[in-house]
Amino acid sequence: MTKRFSPGQLILLVVALVLAVLWLAPILWGLATSLKPEDETTIIPLQWFGSEITFDAYALVLGTGGIVRWAINSAVTSVIVTFLTVLLSAMAAYGFARTQFRGQRVLLGLILAGIMVPPQVLIAPLFAEMVSLGLVDTWWAIILPQVAAPLIVYILYKFFQDVPPELEQAAFVDGAGRWRVFFTIVLPLSRPVLAAVSIFTFINTWNNFLWPFLVSTDPNTMTLPVGLANVVQGTFGLRYAQIMASVMLAGLPLLVVFVLFQRQIIRGVAHTGLAGQ
Amino acid sequence: MTTTVAAPTTSSAPLAKAKVHRSWTQHGLLFVAPFLLLYVAFLVWPTLLGLRMSFSSVNIAGGNDNLVGFGNYAEAFGDPRMWRSLWNTLVFTVLSTIPLVLLGLLMALLVHNLRFVQWLWRLSFFGPFLLPSAVVSILWLQMIYPPEYGLLNGTLGTDILWLGDPGWAMWSVVLTTVWWTVGFNFLLYLAALQSIPQHLYEAAAIDGASAWDKLRSITLPMLSRTTALIVVLQLLASLKVFDQIYLMTGGGPEDSTRPIIEYAYDMGFTGYRIGYASAVSYILFVLIVVVSLAQLRLFRKREEASS
Repeated sequence: MTKRFSPGQLILLVVALVLAVLWLAPILWGLATSLKPEDETTIIPLQWFGSEITFDAYALVLGTGGIVRWAINSAVTSVIVTFLTVLLSAMAAYGFARTQFRGQRVLLGLILAGIMVPPQVLIAPLFAEMVSLGLVDTWWAIILPQVAAPLIVYILYKFFQDVPPELEQAAFVDGAGRWRVFFTIVLPLSRPVLAAVSIFTFINTWNNFLWPFLVSTDPNTMTLPVGLANVVQGTFGLRYAQIMASVMLAGLPLLVVFVLFQRQIIRGVAHTGLAGQ
Repeated sequence: MTTTVAAPTTSSAPLAKAKVHRSWTQHGLLFVAPFLLLYVAFLVWPTLLGLRMSFSSVNIAGGNDNLVGFGNYAEAFGDPRMWRSLWNTLVFTVLSTIPLVLLGLLMALLVHNLRFVQWLWRLSFFGPFLLPSAVVSILWLQMIYPPEYGLLNGTLGTDILWLGDPGWAMWSVVLTTVWWTVGFNFLLYLAALQSIPQHLYEAAAIDGASAWDKLRSITLPMLSRTTALIVVLQLLASLKVFDQIYLMTGGGPEDSTRPIIEYAYDMGFTGYRIGYASAVSYILFVLIVVVSLAQLRLFRKREEASS
């Protein structure tokens, strides 16, 4: 591992360092601003550090309460979306991969075709549907459309097709029912792929903007990205330290989780992202 | 394992087999039904409803719901702002896809060959992808692009209206997007690089190949399939751009950045013409379906070629 450090490697290292600095700079600049006293955030020429490091902006932002509420909304809706998506998609994928029923091929085709439908082009009819269901400004309006994700069904369908059925057949002979086999044998065996699609789904839901933005008008039901976009700039005006404190509070949770679970997250994103291959 | 379990059942084999077979294929619809219900309610139905709405003059309150035939589409094709937003979307797609693919590849090659402090490279390059669009947009809008005390002009010593000048705004939006999402392509490339069989490089090393030779004749060809996938995924993602443009420029200045999804949103949710908005959306929909079908064809051909 340490045996060679050639001039070529040195060049690679320099290029990587330059890129890493460029990529970290915006976040660090936001972080630096959030730690300055408010009246030092617009000093020219730019200064990375103020006269002191202060958490005043964070205290003020947390004190106004909105951001905590939105974080809870985001966490709850993302967890529910992830749980429902993975459970229902796994059941459907298993049904398609392992059982036969009338109309199976047509239904599978319908679901695969849905992968091509971008949720962004459905905002008008989906919104009209939510109005007629009376779900606008509820968590369900945010949750339900995001669970109808055909890509996850497809990924799990391909996975189940490659799992040898012998284990399940053995359990059947022993008298286990179809559902018991699914929950006690199939799901535990599929833990890695389920973790991968869960991580992928959670990140997407946590960061989703357009749809939650359309169906939440009440600050109490807003998710973190929507609350930030809607309210923060209005509430905090041009108080940059407070705006950046809000931005950091909203952005950091997932970054911290990433540092802790790097391997799992990278595998989850790469696996799911490459699944179209 | 199967033999030990199967052995005791041989005496009543036909019966057991029949029983296994029946429960083996039963309940299928029950497994599929819960997902199917949500899928039909919140994807299939809105797709059909949107199609119908695109042929109607319905407003956001559900009123004035008369069918107008191809009226909305005819209007859209004669609407210079629709064309402008479609054009902006295509420009954004081309301008963003090229650096997002090339830079993603470069980052992956760098990190793959630098075997130390991997966590630092991964955090730097992939970290921004984990930030919500609102966080990214507010950060760049308030801290990086402001002409006077923004990080860019302050560091470069320039005097550019990054988001306020129609000549710069699209480039700025692209720059933020590249910073934000290149990490995804970086990860896909990194995963693909790690799955290239090591023995290919060992064989090349025996033949005395230089690092450049290996890159050109092993790495890049082995990545061609991944590249095709990444390009298509990127095209599809870029065509759907909305968040960061809406949040940073609102489509301006002078409509120079407004993408087609934002135009549909404007027409439907601030102009209340949800029928017209659906027609505009479905023009993009057709474009996306064409790209998706091209992808299917592309990968089917490759599969046939490789098998």
